[in-house]
Amino acid sequence: MTSLALHPGLILIAGAFLLLPLRGAARSVVALAVPVAALYLAWHVPDGAVASVRFLEFELTPLAGDKLSRLFATIFAIMAFGGALFALNQKHPLELAAALFYAGAAIGVTFAGDLITLFVFWELMAIGSTLVIWSAGTRPAYRASLRYMMIHLLGGVLLMAGIAGHVVDTGSITFQRLATDSVAHWLILAGFLLNAGAPPLSAWLPDAYPEASWSGTVFLSAFTTKAAVYVLLRGFPGTEILVYVGLFMVFYGIIYALLENDMRRILAYSIVNQVGFMVTGVGLGTEMALNGAASHAFTHIIYKALLLMSAGSVLLMTGKRKCTDLGGLFQSMPLTAWCGIIGALSISSFPLTSGFVSKSMISQGAADMHWLVVWLLLAVGSAGVFLHAGIKFPWFVFFQKDSGLRPPDPPSNMRLAMLFFSALCIGLGIYPDPLYAMLPYPVEFVPYTGAHVVTQLQLLFFSGLAFFVMLDFLRRTLTITLDVDWFYRTPGLWLIRSALQGLSLYGSQAELRLRQSVFEVWRLLERHHGPESKLARTWPTGSMALWVMILLLAYLLLYYL
Amino acid sequence: MKEQHWLTRRETIRSLWIVFAVVLAATVIAELFVAHEAHFDVETVFGFNAWFGLLACAGLITFAKLLGVLLKRPDTYYEGSDD
Repeated sequence: MTSLALHPGLILIAGAFLLLPLRGAARSVVALAVPVAALYLAWHVPDGAVASVRFLEFELTPLAGDKLSRLFATIFAIMAFGGALFALNQKHPLELAAALFYAGAAIGVTFAGDLITLFVFWELMAIGSTLVIWSAGTRPAYRASLRYMMIHLLGGVLLMAGIAGHVVDTGSITFQRLATDSVAHWLILAGFLLNAGAPPLSAWLPDAYPEASWSGTVFLSAFTTKAAVYVLLRGFPGTEILVYVGLFMVFYGIIYALLENDMRRILAYSIVNQVGFMVTGVGLGTEMALNGAASHAFTHIIYKALLLMSAGSVLLMTGKRKCTDLGGLFQSMPLTAWCGIIGALSISSFPLTSGFVSKSMISQGAADMHWLVVWLLLAVGSAGVFLHAGIKFPWFVFFQKDSGLRPPDPPSNMRLAMLFFSALCIGLGIYPDPLYAMLPYPVEFVPYTGAHVVTQLQLLFFSGLAFFVMLDFLRRTLTITLDVDWFYRTPGLWLIRSALQGLSLYGSQAELRLRQSVFEVWRLLERHHGPESKLARTWPTGSMALWVMILLLAYLLLYYL
Repeated sequence: MKEQHWLTRRETIRSLWIVFAVVLAATVIAELFVAHEAHFDVETVFGFNAWFGLLACAGLITFAKLLGVLLKRPDTYYEGSDD
């Protein structure tokens, strides 16, 4: 049990509860210190099972480590620290605590050695993230959080059913590589993919995340989807269907982001797009591709958080989130614009940024396997990332037209958080060795060769040319784009409402019938027992004596029989 | 009239386009001076990533535009309906 007290995820969860009553400087100190403690502990989790607990007839291993777990726990803890620094001036008392709870649950997933522990932390993540969305305190956020929770509870049911089936089939709860050879394993895969934002239910992500507060979305972007990438890496490496699912996500993200007007929804679609690259890497399944997927999850968390910090700063300082209302902000928010641009260059895998050293490994994985079509589609995807996130986000928010808005850069803690993550983006881009050393397999990949740099620059700059040449096609409109969530927000809602109406109609008829039958019973009772009924009448003494005599005779008769 | 930011002046934008054109040309010409690492035949076509990136993006934008005709709705579409 002592080793469980040093569980990095549980430390964060305990820290979250500790944070709730605190205010002022004490709150800031705890919010920043707890993720650092979690990071320290995560690095000291040794290989193999560390702690075990008995639950029913199962031996749970809530703390088990290896390189992959430590890699994800490291980035989750760094994210919790950077996010907390950014959110220090968030007024809502619940959000930061909920975010640390959420981060702790995500770290719990990475160190879960068995499927039951995994499931528990998986569901705690759903609770933490829902609370983060709630903290925005607006009606649309509340509605979106309910839809979000509905989808994640469905995911939880799929996962639990799969785990139960797996335990019945194999008798084991150890979380290890699974094959898609049984219904149970398919259910587990479906549960994992739902959290990754995979089709057909990707819409929960761009529906819910942009409704959180200016700081809440920063946390949301990091944990759920990347924890899903982690479990896919551990449970389903080399599962071919993931290549196609991942590629679909890559293009879904690009196309929807190109059509979107809300700056944070653009970035939310872009999460699906980036996780698509990782899922494809998991599906390819070679050591190169798996390293690529794992390292891309690591770098992605940093640059996507940075992009959302930049967008969050704009939202906080202007109160606006639509591209049609924004533009020209580079003039008064230079630091926010620069940090946004660094995030945008990183997501586009520009040389000297973190995205370049990670994503190219996934493409290399496809090239090594000689999968031409997959490799070409990944190249189209890379070009599309520059288009929808690399240029579109900074262009429409910070340049484009002059919106007349002249807000200053955000408060110092937010600026510091952005600078910290910008430094990580460039630092890992220039010197990727520490990241490569943490990857699950030995890295035999040199990112900076002349050919890599030149071909990537060609791809990106000519994508940029396409953007500016076709800018008229990309003009922002006050629109949203229908997605699968339409089915449960329009006809689904109508169906449920009609069913409820039908039920209430049926209910009122049933009530009428019940009242009638109760009335009938009442009348029957009254006929026999009421004041005028036979049983209630006064009887003459003679008939009474007669009845007594009959009874006594009957008694005599029975006695002799 | 308030003075325009130097980056928004017409002359600056024209110079930026010229710089951009030079950079575009430079990335293609640079291909002549680096060792090739082609995994597929198609990569050996000169300037492959340049024209492929351009065409890919043009394709993506066009496809998005077409899909938008079908799926775009006013951003007040869901307002009130799911309350």
